[in-house]
Amino acid sequence: MFVQLFISGIAFGSLYALIALAMVIIYKTSEVPNFGQGEMAMLSTFVAYALLENYGYSFTISFTGSLLFAALLGIFLEFVFLRRAKEPNVLSLMLITLGFQMILYGLASWKWGADQRNLAFPVSDFDTIQVGSAVLSYLNIATILITLILMFILFLFFKYTKVGIAMKATQQNAVAAKINGIRTNRILSITWAMSSVIGAVAGILLAPIATLDPNLMMDPLIKGFASAVLGGMTTLVGAAFGGYMLGIIENLFGGYVSLEFKSVVAFGIIVLVLCFKPSGLFAKHYVRKV
Amino acid sequence: MELTTLLEIKNIETFYVLIYALRGVSLTIDEGTITAILGNNGAGKSTILKTVMGLLDDQPDKGTIEFMGKRIDGKDTEDIVKMGISYVPEGREVFEELTVRENLLMGAYRRHDRLGIKDDFRKIYNLFSVLENREGQLAGTLSGGEQQMLAIGRALMNRPKLLFLDEPSLGLSPILVKQIFGIIKAINKEGVTMLLVEQNARMALSISDLGLILENGRFVMKGKSKDLMLDKDVQEFYMGMKSEASAKGYQRWKRKKRWR
Ligand SMILES: Nc1ncnc2c1ncn2[C@@H]1O[C@H](COP(=O)(O)OP(=O)(O)OP(=O)(O)O)[C@@H](O)[C@H]1O
Ligand SMILES: [Mg+2]
Repeated sequence: MFVQLFISGIAFGSLYALIALAMVIIYKTSEVPNFGQGEMAMLSTFVAYALLENYGYSFTISFTGSLLFAALLGIFLEFVFLRRAKEPNVLSLMLITLGFQMILYGLASWKWGADQRNLAFPVSDFDTIQVGSAVLSYLNIATILITLILMFILFLFFKYTKVGIAMKATQQNAVAAKINGIRTNRILSITWAMSSVIGAVAGILLAPIATLDPNLMMDPLIKGFASAVLGGMTTLVGAAFGGYMLGIIENLFGGYVSLEFKSVVAFGIIVLVLCFKPSGLFAKHYVRKV
Repeated sequence: MELTTLLEIKNIETFYVLIYALRGVSLTIDEGTITAILGNNGAGKSTILKTVMGLLDDQPDKGTIEFMGKRIDGKDTEDIVKMGISYVPEGREVFEELTVRENLLMGAYRRHDRLGIKDDFRKIYNLFSVLENREGQLAGTLSGGEQQMLAIGRALMNRPKLLFLDEPSLGLSPILVKQIFGIIKAINKEGVTMLLVEQNARMALSISDLGLILENGRFVMKGKSKDLMLDKDVQEFYMGMKSEASAKGYQRWKRKKRWR
């Protein structure tokens, strides 16, 4: 049973890790936890659904369209709302992202209502394979693999591409980035697009095993946020590990202790981290210069 | 010898909200020269550089700035950099969590000539051999002097026509100051025009062609550097030399008055 709980914990953890990564990428650049992240992903998932069911497009086109929508949505929100804030502080920025959350939730409720839908997915959630003593669905495996591939792409992006390095540079010191000719506004747009796309991937992977309605990402967002806090909010590696850890711990807790209180684990972890290591488990020692 | 004007600042005024920092500053910089701006803390030296770089929102409030005959006031910093002005800010401002190599690469962000960039890596490693040895090290772990070299190297990666240096000697040991100023002179000989802001008046005047003294947001003195170096006021107030004891009290008052 342990192995089973552990491995399916990794599958859930993958989703948390994706959301955590999405949040950390924005946090490092815009210096705000984006509470609209979940709803951005939810709306993008609905776009995939609409393209599939209402317009009858193929999986490839629908999912690509959804990710494209996610990218544009991220760019749009940052450009239209966040960038307008003059000399913003964290509180006002947080308020703006809460605004995204409400607007997008409202939009989805108005367009798709509260009906519970099901997003089809090319990989089955019912067919399973035996891995050691554990049983995994194809969808579980796809989730784990896609997440790993995405993380690897991110790793390459930040390590080897000029834009990726410029993104890190902008996160560390925006003024210094400007005096090197880096268009920091463009970097912000790219950041939001990337983050939004990563969130949308999580949404599309989650929707087939959950029910697709406007509440799709409510719970996962809190878990993703908890993972990011656990990892330290400022490191991508930390966010990823935080996600996996939370997924596993939560699953074990659900299996051995109490299924009803499974969801409380994330909250408990946030409280514990804030008490004992507020900078997160993986935070670097650098103090950020503002 | 025909000198062409590279940068022309005309009567700029800069505010920090209500603080009137630059009160009508004009400056012409000719190609190939080194210009030094001296002045006490808070005089507005850094503000001049920041204003020209377009780093202060909606500033200059008045006046114009032309680079190679084109207006640049009101332009984005990123575009000004692309036109060929590089800036080494006060306090280095290297990217602490990027490696030395990545920092230099960012200096060439707006360039696309792979071979030229490779060439310039070579040049900068020749100029500052420490940087080559520390290529893979995070910039935040470099010493202050090494960070200064990195900041200068990063600025050079833009292949600037005009280089701004804000207090490159700050916090460096006398030997390192000498070395850095030697390198600055060498870079200038390669054809890079420079605007240098310094507290170390002696060093600055010794390598520059033209010197200006800024007080309370205005230039109060301007001249050939070698003349300024011999000027009694400059010697006394900026180079810490004492004039003859007999006349000191009287002269101090008189000269101060003339400067205001
Ligand atoms: N961001 C700011 N907000 C408000 N006032 C500022 C700001 N930056 C500079 N000032 C003020 O503008 C004036 C000029 O500052 P500036 O930094 O240009 O001086 P400086 O000549 O470079 O001095 P130092 O030699 O100490 O670097 C000072 O009175 C300073 O207090
Ligand atoms: Mg200064």
